[in-house]
Amino acid sequence: MAKLSLSDVEHIAKLARIHLTDTEQQKLVTELSSILSYIDQLKAVDTTNVPPTAQVTGLTDVLRDDVSQQQSVDVREQLLNATPKRTGDFVETKAVFE
Amino acid sequence: MRKLNTLSLIEASEALQKKEISSEELTRACLSAIKEKDSTIHAFLTVTDEHALTTARDIDRRRANGERLGPLAGIPFAIKDIFATQGVRTTAASKILEEYVPPYDATVVAKLKEQGIVILGKTNLDEFAHGASTENSAFGPTKNPLDTERVPGGSSGGSAAALAADMCIAALGTDTGGSIRQPAAFCGVVGIKPTYGRVSRYGLLSMTSSTDVVGPMTKTVTDAAVVLEAIAGEDGHDATTTAKPVLNYRSYLEHASVKGLRIGVPREYFISGMQPEIEQRVRAALNAYEKLGATLVDIALPHTQYAIPVYYIVTPSEVSSNLGRYDGIRYGYSECRMQNAECRNLEAVYSLSRAHGFGPEAKRRIMIGTYALSHGYYDAYYLQAAKVRTLIRRDFEEVFKKVDVIMTPTSPNVAFKIGEKTGDPLQLYLEDVLLAAVSLAGLPAISIPCGKGAHNMPVGLQIIGNYFEEEKILSAAYIYEQTTTH
Repeated sequence: MAKLSLSDVEHIAKLARIHLTDTEQQKLVTELSSILSYIDQLKAVDTTNVPPTAQVTGLTDVLRDDVSQQQSVDVREQLLNATPKRTGDFVETKAVFE
Repeated sequence: MRKLNTLSLIEASEALQKKEISSEELTRACLSAIKEKDSTIHAFLTVTDEHALTTARDIDRRRANGERLGPLAGIPFAIKDIFATQGVRTTAASKILEEYVPPYDATVVAKLKEQGIVILGKTNLDEFAHGASTENSAFGPTKNPLDTERVPGGSSGGSAAALAADMCIAALGTDTGGSIRQPAAFCGVVGIKPTYGRVSRYGLLSMTSSTDVVGPMTKTVTDAAVVLEAIAGEDGHDATTTAKPVLNYRSYLEHASVKGLRIGVPREYFISGMQPEIEQRVRAALNAYEKLGATLVDIALPHTQYAIPVYYIVTPSEVSSNLGRYDGIRYGYSECRMQNAECRNLEAVYSLSRAHGFGPEAKRRIMIGTYALSHGYYDAYYLQAAKVRTLIRRDFEEVFKKVDVIMTPTSPNVAFKIGEKTGDPLQLYLEDVLLAAVSLAGLPAISIPCGKGAHNMPVGLQIIGNYFEEEKILSAAYIYEQTTTH
């Protein structure tokens, strides 16, 4: 049960956008398989007609007023300066395609 | 008088208000303790000593001017390094945020600052709070001050160790599956995880949004009550907080009694493999409650065994989503700053920044979560886990029709040796075995010291309450604290 292959791990890493070394991939094949086998015991629980729980306090539709929240120039500068690459007031990234 | 850094929050607060001591003296005492001990313990990732002294002197000046100040004014705090602190580096113990300086304060930090606390610095944790030993920190483990060969627990291990070594007066922690309660137990201090929604998480770097909570870690139960009152309440910045009124928790302690208190004792929480001294200490505590007039009720929480498997689907799933924001584009570590020829396009920036920024446990959790949420596996893993979570919650709802509080050991073992459990991730996941169900249900729980176990290390008693009944668990904890010497 829940035995992951090397190509499964490669695929998940691609979805998660994490570049893994060969050693990391090998290690994760073993570790993830063992964790998932442990988790597999959940399949034995009868959950017929049981709704899923995503939250526990029962709050619904918590909304704020649809108005933009102004920040000071100072905060804006700090946010822009936190970016790895800033060009003027833009955040610079690599192109999507080479 | 005792050394000032060894005072409890209430003792320090009273001495400050009577002007027997100044906040500057108190802060200096904590800073000297940090200087003396922290090269060994490594509880702090950042110490803001100059800023702390400036704040302390400011509070002293305001007090001298006759200003009426609250009980927290001038009290030195240690803040887990997963809360955003304006102008102070906030790392989550991850390389990916090693140089991150937030432009704003987390709501709880802002509230405590308004009360006049003195921030000593930011404490160590497992990277992004993923762990139960603080060994997963990218900046090296914290050591347990009671035995430096042992872990302080985690993920709030730095805060627990700072308290146990009297390097601070009070601390803030977070608990997602046990991260306040377990280190509190391992270090012999008090830690309370409030009801989900009781305290704002705005400015807390998200891990598992459906179970993350913020709570006080302190030297005494009264201290925890005072800090909880200061940080609790609705916050427009966190849509999961509720408008339920915040109680004056301390006032409940003055009249606390356990006469007639019905204490549920779940048989599933005295598991095989538990260290015998743990069961002895906890049974002794239960007997003490009985002698004080409480009634012990044998209860069943039949889905307890599924808490860990549910938790390790729900948590990685939410982690994989929450850590998606660390992409090397907007803040934090970025490969595009390095002269890396492989960093050719946007996708390479993402995957190389994340590869070099995240540690092994963060990667592991992102991978499990991505798998559990991916096409074809969602129903079998995530949805099934969410359904079993309902059954775990219902177990508690049934039991709370019959009892006022539930008492269990906090952990099946005392603090283990550094390196003892790092070989197998599952071993560390099982550390949460008595803690995760409470988190999945969103209930409040406190861990208080109840004596010494194996290797003379502290044992924790966990007291679980019904939703938004923090005053009941604090009262029960207080009575025990007052009638014993632990």
